[in-house]
Amino acid sequence: MATTTPQKVGWSVANVVTIVLVLIPLVWIISLSFKTTGSITDPTYFPVHWTWSNYSGILTTSTFLRPLLNSVGIGAIATFIAVVLASMAAYAVARLNFPGKSVLIGVSLLIAMFPAIALATPLFNIERVLGLFNTWPGLIIPYVATGLPLGIYTLSAFFREIPWELEKAAKVDGATPFQAFVRVIAPLAAPGMVTTAILVFLFCWNEFLLAITLTATTASRTAPAALSFFTGSSQFAVPTGSISAAAVVITIPIIIFVLFFQRRIVAGLTSGAVKG
Amino acid sequence: MAPITLEHIEKRYPDGALAVEDFNLEIADGEFVILVGPSGSGKSTVLNMIAGLEDITAGELLIGGQVVNQKSPKDRDIAMVFQSYALYPHMTVRENMGFALKLAKTPKDVINQKVEEAARILDLTQHLDRKPANLSGGQRQRVAMGRAIVRDPAAFLMDEPLSNLDAKLRVQTRTEVSRLQRRLGTTMVYVTHDQVEALTLGDRVAVMRSGLLQQVASPQELYDRPVNLFVAGFIGSPSMNFMSGTLEEGKLRTALGDIPVAGQLQQDLAGANVSRDVIVGIRPEDFEDEALVPAENRHNGMTFPATIDVVESLGSEKFVYFSKELGAVETAELAELARDSGRAEGGAAAETVVARLDPATQITEGQDTELWVDVRAVHVFDPATGRNLTRGVSGASAASAASAAPPPGGAAPADAPDDSAAGQDTGSTTTPPR
Repeated sequence: MATTTPQKVGWSVANVVTIVLVLIPLVWIISLSFKTTGSITDPTYFPVHWTWSNYSGILTTSTFLRPLLNSVGIGAIATFIAVVLASMAAYAVARLNFPGKSVLIGVSLLIAMFPAIALATPLFNIERVLGLFNTWPGLIIPYVATGLPLGIYTLSAFFREIPWELEKAAKVDGATPFQAFVRVIAPLAAPGMVTTAILVFLFCWNEFLLAITLTATTASRTAPAALSFFTGSSQFAVPTGSISAAAVVITIPIIIFVLFFQRRIVAGLTSGAVKG
Repeated sequence: MAPITLEHIEKRYPDGALAVEDFNLEIADGEFVILVGPSGSGKSTVLNMIAGLEDITAGELLIGGQVVNQKSPKDRDIAMVFQSYALYPHMTVRENMGFALKLAKTPKDVINQKVEEAARILDLTQHLDRKPANLSGGQRQRVAMGRAIVRDPAAFLMDEPLSNLDAKLRVQTRTEVSRLQRRLGTTMVYVTHDQVEALTLGDRVAVMRSGLLQQVASPQELYDRPVNLFVAGFIGSPSMNFMSGTLEEGKLRTALGDIPVAGQLQQDLAGANVSRDVIVGIRPEDFEDEALVPAENRHNGMTFPATIDVVESLGSEKFVYFSKELGAVETAELAELARDSGRAEGGAAAETVVARLDPATQITEGQDTELWVDVRAVHVFDPATGRNLTRGVSGASAASAASAAPPPGGAAPADAPDDSAAGQDTGSTTTPPR
């Protein structure tokens, strides 16, 4: 399709506007993280006095480092469990006709649609009674539950594209259904599993509401939640600089992640809709 | 290596559709049996049931004398080659071929030795460490075969293994498959929709239609003595010409002329309970250019005038096409064959007769000429049941079936025409002669 010059100009303008709109808050956060406490309220977009103090401040206190570790740990464990469970469920959804299949898909979508805020208080009460409050499992379990629908949906699209005959061949070759899944189907669905893992991990990493509701101390508090507990040098100082620096720190891995796996993520998001 | 026996096998899907009905077949140890039929005839379903990939609704399946109905594929000791080859894309050729042995926990050096031997037989040695994606179609096909032969299984099952190859390679590979089977001496069941493949490969060929076994016999037997219209029309290329005919006053009246009912034909037709209207079938090669028929042979046939539409010269033979008012020959069997070969649209084609003539013939397109037809070769079918009334097929059916059996085994008794023909029409089956 040939594009005329006015069309090119039009699209370029639209793109530039979009990018600028998206980047303004991001650059602002970065800029704030480099400002000194005194100049933080300056009416300047870029810092006049550059400083690393915000970064050195947060990276030397356990109020941020421990939550960072929690984030990585909880995110990784929840992702692993969710992907393993989701791949089995998705395999069943893609391959078998069992009673209650549509109910399973329906319920899993329902979980995804349920507003998290409605769950926060009941979960808080349940976890306190069960002794899960303020523990890693206390966050991992709800994260797995929320990650599963996404995983089942994405992975079943991948499984559907693997030819049936491969499983038949594996069966004839002497594989049990489980061996056929582990040795033949799962390796072929590996790209799908990686995609799903990335999406679930991103969700866990960014999650705030449950993280702040179900934790009380840095023993299990994740990084986004920890940000809200930052205090300034005095009771009356707002810790804007520290929060900005922490926000930048927890965003960097995500940016690297996304840039690295860009294609994969797009493939995962569209694989249900577009064939191939 | 083991014999395979199918006894009254039936396959009914949960939605009630009947895919295979009362299927009986005995496959002897080391025999090469072909299941052939148009699409939807149930041949692949039978194969999948033997493999254990589909459940058997009723009847018994025995491999090596043991009932295996309830056994899972892995416990049946069979290997299968799929139409799509179904190679594992993430494994190298070596890993693909050794996968079954690895699952069976065979020691590594034994796996390597077996894989390398199979690779040598199939000329794959230099490709052992490549992935299937980097192989050509023919190489992939050979890997699929290799995966089957390293197992040294009780039986090979092949589901249209050649249909993804181009025409030239298919013919080459066909010969290879045949050679391989003889070399290994393993029981082989091979499914195809291509009757040429079926005739060239099999020790015995089982023709299926709509889930019913029509006839099991050696390729020559199928060709010479088809039990019914369907087998007659399906086997042979170009296929048999059909026309309506009437039996009266000791003559068989057809559009080509009156054929005297005498000799073998008389015996056959006298023995059968014939109606007055019949369907006459003549194979293309039973025609000849009148001018080329030797004098001593002339009395065996009759001559008739024809206007030639098309002449196709293949060098070794010539096909000529001419039109005749053949009379409506409409049976479900022939309609299905026409659909299968894609002739359904050309309504006029049904009125066209194909004849295979000696290449020495001088006949040209548009010419009015005289053709000769060997009346000894005429097949006569009952229009109601489709049964062949000639060739001793109807009378001595049990005997003919038995003669097609391999020496050690024995033909499936139910391939008797009475059974299959009656089964289609009434839905109930009479007990075949045993």
